[in-house]
Amino acid sequence: MLRRASGLLARPILAARARPFSTDLPAAQTADATFLEAWKKVIPNMDPPKTPLSFMQPRPPTPSSIPSKLTVNFVLPYASELATKEVDMVIVPATTGQMGVLPGHVATIAELKPGVLSVHEGNEVTKYFISSGFAFIHANSFADVIAVEAVPLDRIDASLVQKGLAEFTQKLSSATTDLEKAEAQIGIDVHSALNSALTG
Amino acid sequence: MASNAAVPFWRAAGMTYITYSNICANLVRNCLKEPYKTEALAREKVHFSISKWTDGKPEKPNDV
Repeated sequence: MLRRASGLLARPILAARARPFSTDLPAAQTADATFLEAWKKVIPNMDPPKTPLSFMQPRPPTPSSIPSKLTVNFVLPYASELATKEVDMVIVPATTGQMGVLPGHVATIAELKPGVLSVHEGNEVTKYFISSGFAFIHANSFADVIAVEAVPLDRIDASLVQKGLAEFTQKLSSATTDLEKAEAQIGIDVHSALNSALTG
Repeated sequence: MASNAAVPFWRAAGMTYITYSNICANLVRNCLKEPYKTEALAREKVHFSISKWTDGKPEKPNDV
């Protein structure tokens, strides 16, 4: 089992910081040495059991200079759309607005609103409409985008979007309880986001 | 200093994030073009059966 402490060593010392952030943890997890020794004493002929951590790939350490590419993992509950794909930039629809993520972006967790995710690689741009989800950007220029539902823009039916928008606008005006109003408002938000994704 | 940050409207109405997210996903699925729409709705279908238990024994389940 390799032991890599490069993540710790690369961290600059700042005067105000007393405790390390979770983004600065060492990249690799090591097997428990005391357990291994005890195992070998009692059962020298069998291999020690593997723990789940040993099957996982260790997190790549934060490089000291900004890397040239951003590595994106874009996953859905039923499929992984992009798995460790190296791209130049992704624009995610965060609740605070469209956020462009470049390599070397500060570590961020962003909640996503219904909107368009665009992946820029060289000259090509791939766009997906995301229903909602989260984007985790790590300090080592890895970005994990998770969404419940994501579709390429050409799979959206414009007439259904218009119908839905009209239906929910009408529901909002006739809604009585808070919950109904919230649902109608969600419908309006999603459909108008779909609309601007199709037209914009 | 505000002790409660501005809550999203759905949270204020008593809805959890999961409910909000699932509603958004369903709305998006309903706006898809034809072959994709049926695939998506079929993929998300959930089958479950509920049975009430009395005296430690299950009664006949209702299939859904």
